[in-house]
Amino acid sequence: MDPIITNGLTKRFGSFIATNAITFEVKKGEIFGFLGANGAGKTTAMRMLCGLLRPSSGTAKVAGYDVYTQSEKIKQNIGYMSQKFSLYEDLKVKENIRFYGGIYGLSDKAIKEKTTQLLKKLQMEAEADQLVSALPLGWKQKLSFSIAILHDPSIVFLDEPTGGVDPLTRRQFWDLIYEAASRGVTVFVTTHYMDEAEYCDRVSIMVDGRIRALDTPRRLREQFSAASMDDVFLQLAREKAKS
Amino acid sequence: MRQFIVFARKEFYHIFRDRRTLLILFGMPIVQIILFGFAITNEIKNADIAVLDQSKDYYSSRLVQKLTAGGYFRIDRNLRDQSSITAAFREGRIKMAVVIAPEFSQSFHHHNKGRVQLLADAGDPNTATTLINYATAIIGNFQQELNGELELPLTIDTTVTMEYNPALKSVFLFVPGVMTLILLLVSAMMTSITIAREKELGTMEILLVSPLPPALIIVGKVVPYIVLSFINALIILTMGVFIFGMPIKGSLVLLLAECVLFVLTSLSLGILISSVTDKQQTAMMASMMGLLMPTALLSGFIFPIESMPLPLQWLSNIMPAKWFIIILKDIMLKGSGLQYVWPQTLVLVGMTLFFVIMSIRNFKIRLS
Repeated sequence: MDPIITNGLTKRFGSFIATNAITFEVKKGEIFGFLGANGAGKTTAMRMLCGLLRPSSGTAKVAGYDVYTQSEKIKQNIGYMSQKFSLYEDLKVKENIRFYGGIYGLSDKAIKEKTTQLLKKLQMEAEADQLVSALPLGWKQKLSFSIAILHDPSIVFLDEPTGGVDPLTRRQFWDLIYEAASRGVTVFVTTHYMDEAEYCDRVSIMVDGRIRALDTPRRLREQFSAASMDDVFLQLAREKAKS
Repeated sequence: MRQFIVFARKEFYHIFRDRRTLLILFGMPIVQIILFGFAITNEIKNADIAVLDQSKDYYSSRLVQKLTAGGYFRIDRNLRDQSSITAAFREGRIKMAVVIAPEFSQSFHHHNKGRVQLLADAGDPNTATTLINYATAIIGNFQQELNGELELPLTIDTTVTMEYNPALKSVFLFVPGVMTLILLLVSAMMTSITIAREKELGTMEILLVSPLPPALIIVGKVVPYIVLSFINALIILTMGVFIFGMPIKGSLVLLLAECVLFVLTSLSLGILISSVTDKQQTAMMASMMGLLMPTALLSGFIFPIESMPLPLQWLSNIMPAKWFIIILKDIMLKGSGLQYVWPQTLVLVGMTLFFVIMSIRNFKIRLS
């Protein structure tokens, strides 16, 4: 069974339809790019999938659990990292790891092991006792991602994870994502950067609450006879401006 | 439970790593108590007065002696004539002048009447009134003493006793007042700020996506502040008792239980504030302006509620602080038990429930 399946998922706020009957599924180990301009309904859709927001209609299953009735189960099985930092700046690197491990119910022993592993992988052993506020932005994001998948979730949701960092760090960040996906973690990521869209296995583009395009980046480029994802995005945006 | 401990530990890290928070938590109560206890006081001690004794006989000097005996008044100078009174006031050192009419003893004996004039510097009306009251009381005492000697018929003997605070120590009012203010400030303001901070930094979202139940998030954030506020209450009480000689006549257990109740009331108010705002700044301003000012002004801490206009008296009823100050004073000064303070306790319990229910409703509206 696919980790994420939605069918006609809709969210209304009064008369405003934030997410209009979106239907898609994401496969295990896939990196799924969720694109759209600000206000297109990305965040609303993502919040519904994470169990933060109750849909108005339609169905959705995340990790095999229903978003209406089993949001607690969903929360156990997903990781989440938002555009703003998920880390506490006034806590040390180690304390952040211990805190997030703790609230996901990992045992002290498991947390200890995972901390050592994680710090080694990120080559941050020397910074374990530093406050997060002292770390450079790129490091914080890598740490933040690693903590989001600390409890081995089957799906990880990333909400514009690379905002504000340089291309090189962004590339390094994506290496972490690839590595997680290769271990079978499903990655659901929203982004503003079109070069990042090219890194995804499949991409959906939302305009005004609807999914207007959904395919691999290459086939989307062919379909819109565009040179890059940027072009695809602009074409959809222009279409919207005309209507 | 493990999740809760992990959460509370994180909260303590936040508190102990933030100097500003620590300062507000523990510096402010001590400074305020000392300020209110020593500096801002409306009781009279060694007020400088001038005496114009035109009589200079046995009784007049006894009267002057009596005035200065209690430690309330200190003679700055003895005047020679009427005209020097104004000059003495102008100089600004004296607060009151006592003028004793000529032939004080004689007129006392022959006409059963002695005349004393009190002039006070009413530029500061409160002090002037207090001084005059003290002086009148002392003169009244003196008169009674003389009456006793002379066995004069037909005198109205008024005995005034200041119950529960015979020395009229204002610190007895300030300690409960400051304690209330501090607990309210620490509990309500700090909780609303700390919750708003999680929202502002975006970490609240992460917490909500985690398997932590929302109620546990709030409880985890609030419990450390309950502990710290309670420690604060203990510090203030200890200072009140050992530095200012404030009595605790009632049950200490009841007193502490009421403190915990008031801490809960304030915390729930803080949660309510944080449920309507996403910004630390807003939370702070809302607590300061919307809570602190009205509390200081309307709770009866600084200005007596009885002398307020009627609408303000009604308004004072919705201040949780008003009820807590009454409870504190009743227990500490009068030694009242729960059978006397249950109505006020009930009001606080009701307010707490109201705030909690409102917060939960707000929280739900935001989620859907």
